[in-house]
Amino acid sequence: MSVTLLLQRIVRSGFVKFFRNGFVSTASVLVMTVTLFVMGGLMLLFFLLNASLALLKEKVDINVYFVPSASEEQALALKRELEQLPEVARVEYISREEALRRFILRHQGEELTLQAIEELGENPLGAVLAIKAKEPSQYAQVAQFLSQRQEVLLSAEGAPMIDRINYFQNKEAIDRLANIIDAAERFGVAATAVLVIATTMIIFTTIRLAIYGAREEIAVMRLVGASNTYIRGPFVFEGAFAGALAGLFAMLLLWPVAYFVGTRTKEFFGGVDLFAFYTAHAGVLLLVLVGTGVVLGGLASFLAVKRYLNV
Amino acid sequence: MIYFDNVSKVYNEYSTALREITLEIAQGEFVSIVGHSGAGKSTLLKLLLAEETPTEGQVYFHSVNIHQIPPRNLMEYRRKIGMVFQDFRLLPHKTAYENIAFAMEAAGRSDEEIAEDVPYVLDLVDLADKMWHFPHELSGGEKQRVAIARALVNQPEILVADEPTGNLDPVNTHEVARILMRVNDLGTTVLLTTHNPSVVEMIGRRVVTMDRGRIVRDSPQEARQTIAAAS
Repeated sequence: MSVTLLLQRIVRSGFVKFFRNGFVSTASVLVMTVTLFVMGGLMLLFFLLNASLALLKEKVDINVYFVPSASEEQALALKRELEQLPEVARVEYISREEALRRFILRHQGEELTLQAIEELGENPLGAVLAIKAKEPSQYAQVAQFLSQRQEVLLSAEGAPMIDRINYFQNKEAIDRLANIIDAAERFGVAATAVLVIATTMIIFTTIRLAIYGAREEIAVMRLVGASNTYIRGPFVFEGAFAGALAGLFAMLLLWPVAYFVGTRTKEFFGGVDLFAFYTAHAGVLLLVLVGTGVVLGGLASFLAVKRYLNV
Repeated sequence: MIYFDNVSKVYNEYSTALREITLEIAQGEFVSIVGHSGAGKSTLLKLLLAEETPTEGQVYFHSVNIHQIPPRNLMEYRRKIGMVFQDFRLLPHKTAYENIAFAMEAAGRSDEEIAEDVPYVLDLVDLADKMWHFPHELSGGEKQRVAIARALVNQPEILVADEPTGNLDPVNTHEVARILMRVNDLGTTVLLTTHNPSVVEMIGRRVVTMDRGRIVRDSPQEARQTIAAAS
């Protein structure tokens, strides 16, 4: 038998089996849909977690405040040194003028504060370096480097050029945040591992039960002289097809969930829109869910039939 | 064509299915194997189909020791044997046509051949009008006739029928026996197991009688007389 004819017959037979074996097929698709739906849900949750953690990370930084008399060259020299550190993601230089402008903007409406600034007649603020580390846990190393530099960065008169480093005021909060982010990431990885194992086991068991019901049929096929490939083929196709349908249904079920939850996450997670993520990544999500369904459904059928072929 | 050479089959120390069986079946013969339940009839057929291996002795098909056939070639060998069972063993989700077509597809026959041969064999067993019926829509006799048609469609060298009338009423029993005789008349070797004396009586060919794993009689005359006396 040519490969084309064999494939054609396997596909045709698999389709017929799937539709005629209505109850078992529906049950398999339902169980796989629920499993893949949970998996898809976890993928969305993972996105939400990552986006929220990224937002949190973005909020953490260290600011180095220079005294007003410190020169721009001194601040920029320190900026260059900081940029050489492997822990540092980026450093923003805020000039004295810019720092004053931001200060005024931040205290808009506070007449007393603004009046006090005006009465001083000169800019009381020094330049600022805003530093972002690659990971929140790395701020300690950056702060250590800065405190070393603070001791040697002096004016001609020996006065320190760095007024203060805000890490030491915020240390506790930064450390706690770093711990929370770290724990959340570990939890995400562990939850994914558990769910992948559970998904695989549920799909394998469902398919195995469906094929257990067809063991007599397999024995008859073998007795009429069908080859193992010809017996197994339609079952594998049927399993893969059920998996593909389940992946598609899971994707469709996630749509209202993402829509409903999306509007709430937008408010709660500071602008992270789950529904926007769902629509933007619909292609990839569909591919992952359908692909997982096809691979697990096909593989489970392949292994389950193998059991009844060795007679 | 088929030769059981001093074959024994022991399942365990309490269960010996066959004891030193020597039996030769020539091409074109119709052999009925009779005996009570547990006489060893089914084990004999399982050995012929290479579903079981003998504890002692050999089984030959055209001088080939069938238990030395590599597993990958077993399906080729099984296609030379048409099998009919007491419980029909039709594929439940396939129509009569599709059940027969499946055996042809498995043998690698083309769609054109299938379209030509399936209606022909269904006509041979008088079921041309039930072609698109599923097994649950057929009577016991009709199911058995579909099973016979399926067994015949690849033109096997031998048709093996294991208690084919065991689940049938007298009318259908007679009909199935008639079809098997017709198949034999067309040149196919038939090996039938039964414990129904009327079937053996009606067929009236060679009868091998088994008892507790041994062949106790192998003669058309003797067997028919014994069965007639018993009934």
